[in-house]
Amino acid sequence: MKQSRIAPWIGVIFGAIYFLVPLIATFEFSLRMERGRYSFEAYRIVLGDPNFQASFGYSAFIAVCTIIVGVALVVPTAYVVQLKLPKLRPVIEFLTLLPLVIPAIVIVFGYLRMYNSSSWLPLTGSARGTDVLLTFSYVTLALPYMYRSVDTGLRAIDVRTLTEAAQSLGSSWPRILLTVILPNVRVAVLSGSFLTFAIVIGEFTMASLLNRPAFGPYLQLIGANRAYEPAALAIIAFAITWACMGLINLFGAMGQQTQRR
Amino acid sequence: MAFLSIEKLVKTFGTQTTVKGVDLAVERGEFVTLLGPSGCGKTTILRMVAGFETATSGTIRIDGKDVTDLKPNQRNIGMVFQAYALFPNMSVADNIAFGLKVAKKSSAEIAARVKEMLELIKLPQLGERYPYQLSGGQQQRVALARALAVKPQILLLDEPLSALDAKIRISLRDEIRAVQRSLGITTIFVTHDQEEALSMSDRICVMNEGHIEQLGTPFEVYNYPTTRFVASFVGTLNIVNGKVADSATGKLLVDGQEIVTSRSLNGASTGDALSLALRPEALTMGRANGLSNNLDGTIDEVHFLGSVVRIRVKFKDSAISLDTFNKPHLPPPERGQPVTVNFGREDILVLDGAPN
Amino acid sequence: MTNSSITDTNFSTAAVRPRPISWSWLGVVPFLLFTLMFLLLPAANLIIGAFQDAAGNFTLQNIANLSQPTILRAYQMSIGISAASAFLGAVIGFALALAAVLGRLPRWVRPSLMTFSGVASQFAGVPLAFAFLATLGRTGLVTALLFNIFGINIYRYGFNLLSFSGLTLTYLYFQIPLMVLILTPALDGLKREWREASAILGASTWQYWRMIALPILWPSLLGAFMLLFANSFGAIATAYALTGSSLNIITILLYAQIRGDVLHDPNLGYALALGMILITGISNGIYIWLSSRTGRWIR
Ligand SMILES: Nc1ncnc2c1ncn2[C@@H]1O[C@H](COP(=O)(O)OP(=O)(O)O)[C@@H](O)[C@H]1O
Ligand SMILES: [Mg+2]
Repeated sequence: MKQSRIAPWIGVIFGAIYFLVPLIATFEFSLRMERGRYSFEAYRIVLGDPNFQASFGYSAFIAVCTIIVGVALVVPTAYVVQLKLPKLRPVIEFLTLLPLVIPAIVIVFGYLRMYNSSSWLPLTGSARGTDVLLTFSYVTLALPYMYRSVDTGLRAIDVRTLTEAAQSLGSSWPRILLTVILPNVRVAVLSGSFLTFAIVIGEFTMASLLNRPAFGPYLQLIGANRAYEPAALAIIAFAITWACMGLINLFGAMGQQTQRR
Repeated sequence: MAFLSIEKLVKTFGTQTTVKGVDLAVERGEFVTLLGPSGCGKTTILRMVAGFETATSGTIRIDGKDVTDLKPNQRNIGMVFQAYALFPNMSVADNIAFGLKVAKKSSAEIAARVKEMLELIKLPQLGERYPYQLSGGQQQRVALARALAVKPQILLLDEPLSALDAKIRISLRDEIRAVQRSLGITTIFVTHDQEEALSMSDRICVMNEGHIEQLGTPFEVYNYPTTRFVASFVGTLNIVNGKVADSATGKLLVDGQEIVTSRSLNGASTGDALSLALRPEALTMGRANGLSNNLDGTIDEVHFLGSVVRIRVKFKDSAISLDTFNKPHLPPPERGQPVTVNFGREDILVLDGAPN
Repeated sequence: MTNSSITDTNFSTAAVRPRPISWSWLGVVPFLLFTLMFLLLPAANLIIGAFQDAAGNFTLQNIANLSQPTILRAYQMSIGISAASAFLGAVIGFALALAAVLGRLPRWVRPSLMTFSGVASQFAGVPLAFAFLATLGRTGLVTALLFNIFGINIYRYGFNLLSFSGLTLTYLYFQIPLMVLILTPALDGLKREWREASAILGASTWQYWRMIALPILWPSLLGAFMLLFANSFGAIATAYALTGSSLNIITILLYAQIRGDVLHDPNLGYALALGMILITGISNGIYIWLSSRTGRWIR
């Protein structure tokens, strides 16, 4: 049953090269701004750009809003489906997977048609309204990941016993959700949140079509007009994604430890 | 020469030696059980016989042929795993047919053999079902049929009953044994359940920490355990500490009371401390005359187990359990009652090694 | 889940409130409303729009207009890139997952691969385009290295990052890791006993894969392929940042249409969107059909 160990190694090494070389190349490129020597000039310029700060701040804010709305929407649903309405599970799961099938650009196009300034709900008529719409569009984007994460977390704990215990102590439903269930799926919610953040922070299509001053359109603008700054931005974006995933792993490991204890 | 012969078999994982020089000879058509606590290396031996693990040293011969270094698919062995080993993407019939298909048998031959096998395991109607539609017991019967369909030389069963619930476990036990007898197939059965081993086997090979403690018929292993480990692992056993009062006549002292054994003292001399073992079913309540031994004590606990009542009797320092049959018109004795326990001189097993 | 009926009665007796069922509906109604308003209706709205003219009357003209050569070529290009990147991503990702799960590699390889795949699968959009420009663009590091060391100018040999092959290569950066993430658990689900049972019954490794492992993995493989396909079919940011609007793929065409840059015919835009929904819808239909045919044994 021993199999040769050459082929797996070749595969893994090929994979490593494919994924590391662009990163290395990008990093090297980002250092080349000043002629004849490596420097962090491109990073200095990018980080000092007020537009960078503004657009990044805006996207981070929208990401936080997305996470709050997403959690508020997904946790009660997943909880109720698991506990009381298991028959709805296929429907809910189908709905949460739809955003993987319907392209984002189609969804936002639908928003523009449905919620334009002359419609019954003119969300795009004002900047605030558009922010709300952008947040909601991100909630749909993140829905598959958020739902899966929370649902997996709920399956890992004994929702029923926890609920019954809380009920026997006279807790009401909203209280149970907030004080008993939520803390127990904290790790799952945090994972979903960081994933959401990673997806939302650099998102281009929706922000651009809704005309909001987000980080994604800013990136695109810099890319079209500058040479070295985009490479620095790519490295920064990669670092953000990596940080989000690292935090997910970290919290995941911590969660496992607390469970073991 | 034995049909399956294992000689000086050793298996080392890294720094840990799991199988420490095992010799085992199984005759054609024999049903031998490897019995031992979890982790003692039973599965590892079976997997070396099957060819899933390579032996560190030693040889395995089947029908005189050295198979130690053959691949599993060249050995013509049937194996039943602990659980869930049916191919989930195939119907019951396709599972049973798998080995025949791989061997490129004609479809007529396959169909006939599958039918025969389904009848052998008494599931003739279920050929079209998928594994997930079967109960655990049915799945294991199909696994047995799948293993037997290719007419293997040897059948290996690795705790095939452990995942099932008690009732099915016992009925399937008999069924496996019946099928094995009717086909006369040489079989190695692995279990950690001594009751299973005692009820099914021609011979039992009691294992501990990678070596064989004792090899013998169920009768021998149960009644004449040769090591302390076997005595305590097989069956329920009372172990009491005693002292040799007179090595010549077999006189012993237990908690100041004198008893006599007719068995060998394993070389202990007068004054030595000893461990003695007594099976619960060898003990009777009440005083007996003649050549029996009597011990006086008080009843400590009474467990009503249904057909059997298990009673714990306390002496000065030690305690023993004994079984009596339940009798509806005779309520069991009460705690604190004084009682005398009697047993025959031959019922005392003298364990080797000093008491601990 | 099995004893839900029993516990449901427990709930109604234990709950203090008179109609406990309303509470559970309250948990899902906001969710259903949200998906209706911000997922289903917008899509439905476009579909309806595709069959209307500017005045709101029923027409098939928009659909007919899709047969313009530019639009047909854009669909073709999008399907081609998506299929190629999904197929290559699936094959390579499958191989990598295989190596990680069954390759008897050192212990640290697998968690590293998984973490990295998690990051790379989400590393899409505009920054990915920057990274590939810096790598394989005309002044990219790898382009330069290949030229300086081997004297090969890949652009001379017809390579172009702003093309079918270039975009496919770029998309693979997130497609392969996505496949690894999806397939690793599926490969973990292959029980060691299945392989051993097949071996002891006389099957070769190849027979094990053909008759047991691949059929068991088939629905996962197919589902992953479809997900990868949809993933790159709907992608726009990378392509847009890489090529501007010079590459004629359907998402860029639709993007330009929405921005009002090109066609000035919103209803044609709806028809474009309908075409996209149809393509992802049909491909998922095929997936469901195929996996229901092959997956009868799945609970
Ligand atoms: N592939 C392996 N690698 C390392 N150790 C192993 C391996 N297989 C078994 N062992 C070790 O060998 C010992 C005996 O295992 P096993 O033969 O399965 O015992 P049993 O079947 O009697 O319960 C165990 O301690 C187990 O940890
Ligand atoms: Mg075992």
